[in-house]
Amino acid sequence: MFGLTEADLSTFWVTLKLATVSTLILVILCAPLAWWLAHTRWKGKVVVEALVAMPLVMPPTVMGFYLLVWLGPRGWVGGFLESIGLHHLAFTFTGIVLGSMFFSLPFVVQPLQNAFASAGIRVLEVANTLKASPLDRFFTIILPLSRRGFLSAFVLSFAHTFGEFGMILMIGGNIPGETKVASIAIYDHVETLNYTAAHSLSLVLVLSSFSLLMLIFFLNRRFKVVGAA
Amino acid sequence: MTLQLDFTVNHGSFILDTRLELPDKGVTALFGRSGSGKTTLLRCIAGLEHPRGGRLVFQGETWQDERTFLPTYKRPLGYVFQEASLFPHLKVLQNLEYGLKRVPPGKRRVRMDQVIQLLGLEGLLARYPDQISGGQRQRVSLGRALLTSPDLLLMDEPLASLDATSKDEILPFLERLRDEQALPIIYISHSIDEVIRLADHLVLLDDGKVVAQGGLQALLTARELPFIRTESASTALHAQVSHPDVGDELTELAVEGQPLLIAKCSVPTGQPVRVKIMARDVGLALTPPTDTSFLNCLRVTLLDSLPGTLPSQALVRLKLGEQILLSRVSRRSAGRLGLQAGQRLYALIKGVALS
Repeated sequence: MFGLTEADLSTFWVTLKLATVSTLILVILCAPLAWWLAHTRWKGKVVVEALVAMPLVMPPTVMGFYLLVWLGPRGWVGGFLESIGLHHLAFTFTGIVLGSMFFSLPFVVQPLQNAFASAGIRVLEVANTLKASPLDRFFTIILPLSRRGFLSAFVLSFAHTFGEFGMILMIGGNIPGETKVASIAIYDHVETLNYTAAHSLSLVLVLSSFSLLMLIFFLNRRFKVVGAA
Repeated sequence: MTLQLDFTVNHGSFILDTRLELPDKGVTALFGRSGSGKTTLLRCIAGLEHPRGGRLVFQGETWQDERTFLPTYKRPLGYVFQEASLFPHLKVLQNLEYGLKRVPPGKRRVRMDQVIQLLGLEGLLARYPDQISGGQRQRVSLGRALLTSPDLLLMDEPLASLDATSKDEILPFLERLRDEQALPIIYISHSIDEVIRLADHLVLLDDGKVVAQGGLQALLTARELPFIRTESASTALHAQVSHPDVGDELTELAVEGQPLLIAKCSVPTGQPVRVKIMARDVGLALTPPTDTSFLNCLRVTLLDSLPGTLPSQALVRLKLGEQILLSRVSRRSAGRLGLQAGQRLYALIKGVALS
C-alpha cells in the first residue's frame, strides 16, 4: 500500500495500538478523577487541577526524560518491578502506554470534568428519588448527559497520542514492532533522505486521522439530541 | 402520628435542630422564611442529606438511626423539586417512565394513564423538556414522582418558580391529589395562601428551629404566632356542603351547625370543604342586623381582643363552636361595643373563599 514496506506498516499498527490502548485506559481511570474534580468543594482542588494540566506546558522530552528515569531499572517504578521479579518498563510498549497516558491526561480530564459539572448534581438527586441505584444513575443519567464530553476526551487523547514523537522516542527507544511508532519512522526516513517512504507514511497518517475525525464528528452530530447539552 | 424525626444539621453558620412527629395523612406544610431550614429538613427526610446522629422513623420503619441509613432510592417516597429538573436527554414520556420502570409491577398503585389524565399531559408525551413551558414541566415532574407509587410525597415549593397562570394550572391538581389519593404530603411553602389552600397541618420553622406545629386553623389563629399580625390574617374554617344550590347562584354550607353562604360551586351535599375568611372581611354587631348587605351572620363568642397591625385597629378572636374566627375592627368600634371576653356577638362576613 502506497509503496510502504512491512516495517513501515508495523510502525503504523504500533501507533494505532498505542493510541487505542492508552486512550481506553486513560478514559476509564480519569472518569472518577474528573467526577471528583467537578463536584468536590475541597479548597486544595486547584493543586490537583494544576498537576493535571502540567503536561500541557511541559516539553514532551522533559516528561519523557523523567519517565525514562522512573520506569528504568534504577527508577522508583522500574526498580520496584525488578525487585519483585518483573521487568522494568523502559523501552517497552507498556512504558510508552504509560507515557502517553501522562501526556494526554489533561486532554481527557478537562472535557470530562466540564461535562460532569454542566450536567450538575440535581439530575442525579432526582434519579435517586426515582429509585435509581448509583450504578443505574451512572449508566442512565451521567453517561448519556456527558457523552459529548466522553467523545471529546476520546478524540483529543487519541489524536494527541497519534502524533506524539519526542516523549515516545525518549521512553520507547525506537524498537521496531514494539515501540517504533509512525512519527519516529517518518523522522528516520527523512534522516536517511528516503523522502518517498516519508511521503507515503505521512500520507497514511494524514488520511487515517482525517477519516477518524470525520467519523467522530458524524457521531457527534447524531448524539446531538434536542435538549441534551 | 407516624413520621418521627430528629435531626441536627450543622452547616457552619446555619444550624437545623428539629424534633418532630408528623401525621401520616393529609398535607403537612413546612412554613417559614427563606433560610429557615425547610429545604434542609425535607432533604433529610428524603435521605439526600445524611446528618450524623439523625433519626427518622416512617410508619414503624426506621429509615435512619445510629446504625441504619436507608439510601434515598430505597425509600418509598416521591420528591418534587423546586425546579422541575426533568432529564433533558429524555422525552416527557421517558421522564415519566423513569421511576415507574424501577418499581416492581406488583407494587405499582399509580397507573400511567391515570397520571396522564390527572395532570393533563396527553399532548406533551413526545416532546423534550426544553420544548414545553415551565408549568407543564412542573406537572411532568409531579407525575414522574407519583408514578413511583410513593407512600410519602415531598414537595419543595413546587410552585415557587412559576408565574400566576402556571400556579393556577397546578394548584387544582395538588388539591385533587390531596383529596383523591390517601397519600401523605409534606409541602414546603412560603406563601400563606398556598398553605391555606392545601395544608391540614402546619409546621412553622424559624432559623432552623420548629417554632410551632399543629392544625392549620389553630396555628393561623394562635395569639403568640405571627400569622394574626399580618395584613392578610385569616382563618380556615371546616364546613360541609348542606345545599349545593339555594338560588341566586349561591351554595349553602354548614359551619358548626350554622349556615354560611358562598358563591355557587359544584360540590355534592355532605362534602367537607375548607373556607378561608380574612379578618378584614369580618365585622361585629351586638344584635343581629336586619338591613345590611352582609350575606352571612354567625353567632360567636368573643375569645380575646389583641392589638391590630395598625395602632388604630384591634384584632378580635371569636369562638365559633369548636372553631376560631378572626375579625379586624377599629379600636374605636371595639370601645363603642364594649368588647370583652365571653361576650356573645354576631360576626358579619363579607367575603368567603372556598379553598
